[in-house]
Order: sequence, then structure tokens, then C-alpha cells
Amino acid sequence: MGKLIPMEGNQAVAEAMRQINPDVVAAYPITPSTEAVQIFARFVADGLVDTNYVAVESEHSAMSACISASLAGARVMNVTASQGLALMWEMLYIAASLRTPVVLSVANRALSGNINIHCDHSDAMGARDAGWVQLWGENVQEAYDNLIQAVVIGERRDVRLPVMNNYDGFLVSHSYELMQVEDDEAVKQFVGEPVLVDPLLDIANPHTVGPLDLWDFYHEHKRGQWEAYGPAKQAVIEVGQAFGERFGRYYGLLDPYYLDDAELVIVALGSTAGTVKDVIEQRRDRGEKVGLLKIRCFRPFPLEEVGEALSHAKAVAVMDRAAGFGSGWGTVYPEVITALYHRGVVLPTVDYIYGLGGRMIVPEDIHQVYDELGEVAAAGGTAEPLRWLGVRV
Amino acid sequence: MSDQQARVYPPDAGWKDLAPGGIIPQAGNADCYSVAGWRLVHPVRDNDCCIDCLFCWMYCPDSAILQEGGSVKGKPIDMEHCKGCGICAAVCPKECIKMVPETERAKQEQTG
Repeated sequence: MGKLIPMEGNQAVAEAMRQINPDVVAAYPITPSTEAVQIFARFVADGLVDTNYVAVESEHSAMSACISASLAGARVMNVTASQGLALMWEMLYIAASLRTPVVLSVANRALSGNINIHCDHSDAMGARDAGWVQLWGENVQEAYDNLIQAVVIGERRDVRLPVMNNYDGFLVSHSYELMQVEDDEAVKQFVGEPVLVDPLLDIANPHTVGPLDLWDFYHEHKRGQWEAYGPAKQAVIEVGQAFGERFGRYYGLLDPYYLDDAELVIVALGSTAGTVKDVIEQRRDRGEKVGLLKIRCFRPFPLEEVGEALSHAKAVAVMDRAAGFGSGWGTVYPEVITALYHRGVVLPTVDYIYGLGGRMIVPEDIHQVYDELGEVAAAGGTAEPLRWLGVRV
Repeated sequence: MSDQQARVYPPDAGWKDLAPGGIIPQAGNADCYSVAGWRLVHPVRDNDCCIDCLFCWMYCPDSAILQEGGSVKGKPIDMEHCKGCGICAAVCPKECIKMVPETERAKQEQTG
């Protein structure tokens, strides 16, 4: 049944955590994710969950504690953003390498410097190759839904990977939205009991975790880890389908909008996808064939699916909310180009770097992108494939 | 030491043979790994001076000081796991452990 409740993104994340009732949460609150941890800490204090809440002294310790608890056999969660995620850096790689299904919600925020608390994607994009599954939500509902699915995806026996639940800082974390909160029992049933795989607390079967691993075995271990991302992609698809069958909201790797016959396509992730959808409706009313490809699962990257989804377009714009300094592009664009290349598709493309540090992105900006994309399509290409959107000159 | 304990994985094990997460389905296997090659100096104990206080045994970070029946005096030191850190010599209250360069050891082995 569930019920419709107006909630902020952080509230929705805390609510999902309450319903999932994880064994351990080790967190160090940071803007704009603070509220999620704060609300959850109240649930702990009020005895609404059985969670062992560990108040740690830094995000580095937070992730270390999460990994250790996960290895011991616990279901583990955490919430962070920006500098907090950056401080977890080395532990992020260890979480994935040791195959611990830690679930981390990230209220995406710009990295310093200069110091900034508002939304962009430089935090999670910087961690894109750490080995985590990355889900990107568009709104409050998706932050809630993705968190519930993250638990099931990460814990699957053939996956066993940490999962990052990304939702835009402030734009989603602090925005109220009428959303569907499912019944506690239904959520508990959906996530099920955690499956224990070689827990360290199983002292009858001792094993060694994280040993010295040099030129003789490390290479083979990384090759083995590589195998997890095929099943992880499959898990995102299957869990999204199962979630839809149970709750009526279906999820996949991608979320296309008016894409089938679209000639001008924007690729986006996060809350901007919602703005794009709004603009598409306005332009479709005028008979324009515009569409959106929202990437919901950025890691594992849906290479074949993105290539296929874009192959019929006349021109593609990629919205990048993180600058890949020195690469010449944002962070999503090169991946989209790789997907097109491997499908043998050559078409005009433009990379837009936008919205850094919370710079507002409004429908007029998206209109500008479609206007420019129309020109690029008509010209059959552009001499200016990298553009900064909404920057003062 | 290393050949006395069975290795879980042979040196030529392929990536498909290894457990996920780089774990080793066995505990205590640091024993299989020789760190003798890390050493520049090694401890030599004067057993006449040793009072068996066990400080060296307690402080050794690599459990390389071997004891038997609560006594280290006259017992061998595990040279496969001694890294030559010198902590045993530093904590010895009687100063009867000396750190000797490996080159001296090689000379002694050659002559002796």
C-alpha cells in the first residue's frame, strides 16, 4: 500500500534506512547529507531500529568501520558528500576490492577549492573507477527507491560490491517532494535478510583478509574483481524489474524519455534530467523531435545500451556536472563517445560542462542546448565540441 | 618455515582459482612468507648475559624470538621472519642483544 508523504531527499534516505534497519551505520555528517544522518541517529536513539550507530571521528574512519563491519557479516550503511567522500578515498577502493556490499548514499556536492557546499558531481565522478556500483537518482522518490534497491544489488552472491546511491545535494537532498513511502514490512521483505559470505565472525572457518599481495597475485585478483561488473549490471536490471513488479515503479540501467524517434538527444544524470524532461514536453508540443537519455546506472557503465540508445540520433549533447580537468572534457562525455565508437556510430556530439558548485540550471539553459544542438545537427558537426553552459564571460 | 605449511594457492594459480575479494581461505599464513630478505642487520644474543626476562619475546613485532617452556635463553631466533628492526636489542634491559650487519653473517658463513 504505502502512502504519499511530502519529504526532502535526506528525509527519504533516512526513512529508507529506518525501514531497512541495517546492522551498522558508521557516519560522520557533512553538508548537504547531514540531515539524513541526523534523522537516522534520532531513529536509533528512539529505539526504532536495532542499528549499532558508530559516531566516528572522520569519514576515513567511517568507511573503515563500515568495511570492517561488513566483513564481520553485518549489513552496513553510510551517508556522505563532497570532502567526506574525498576523505574516504583509499577506503572506497578497499571496500570494492574486498567485495563488501556497503551501501553509501551521497548527496552530491562540489569539491573544494574554493570551498563550496552546493551541487555538482565532482565528488562521485572522481570515485567512478573505485569499483563501486553507482546509481544516480533524479528526485526524492528515486533517492528512496535506489537506496532500497542498492542493498539487494550489492548483496547478490554474484555481485558482492559496494553501491553508491547518488542524489543531488540541496536540489534533491533539501527539496520537498510528494513521494510514495512504502510499507515497512514490504520494504523489509524486498531487501530480505543479509546473506552471509565468509563472515570474519565465523571463527570456525578462519580466513585472511587484505594480506600483502604483490606482483605474484595482485594482477590475478584484479582480473577476478573485473568479473563482478557483468553480474552487477545484470543485477541492476533484474532488481529494478523486481522493484517495479513489487511497487509499480520500474527501473533499469537507463531512463529514456521521448527517445524512440528523437533526433536531438540530451544525455544527463541527476536532477537535471527532470529539467530536461520539462523542456522536452514544451518542445514536443511544437513538434520538435527532442529526447533524453538519462543514465541511471553510471557504474557499471552500460556501454552497449548507451550506444544502441543513441545510434539513431542526429546529434547528441552530454550534460557534465563535473570537469575532467586536463582531459579536455567532462566525465560522462568520454564514456558516451566510447559507447558510440564501439557501436561504429559517428554523429555530431557536444559536451556541456554546467552547474558547477550549484550554478543554477533552468529550462532556458536546456532550451539553449537544444537550439545549439539543432544547429550542430544541421551543420553536420561543430568545431566547438566542448562548451561551458551558463558561464559569465 | 614456508615449506612446512601447506600453501592454499600454488604460485601458478590462475585468476579463476582465487577466492573473491582477494581473501585467503586460511588463517595464520604470514608464517608462509619469508621476510629474511628485508633484513640489513640481525640480532645476536649473548646467552651468558641473558636473564630470560622475555622482553624481546614480548616486543618482537614478528614473533621471531622463539621461546620454549617460558625461556628464550639459548633458543634460536626465527630468521625467516626477523626483519632486523632492532626492537629486541633496544628493549633488552641487559643490553645483551647486538644487531650485526648481514654482511658479517655472510662472512662468518663463508669462513665458518
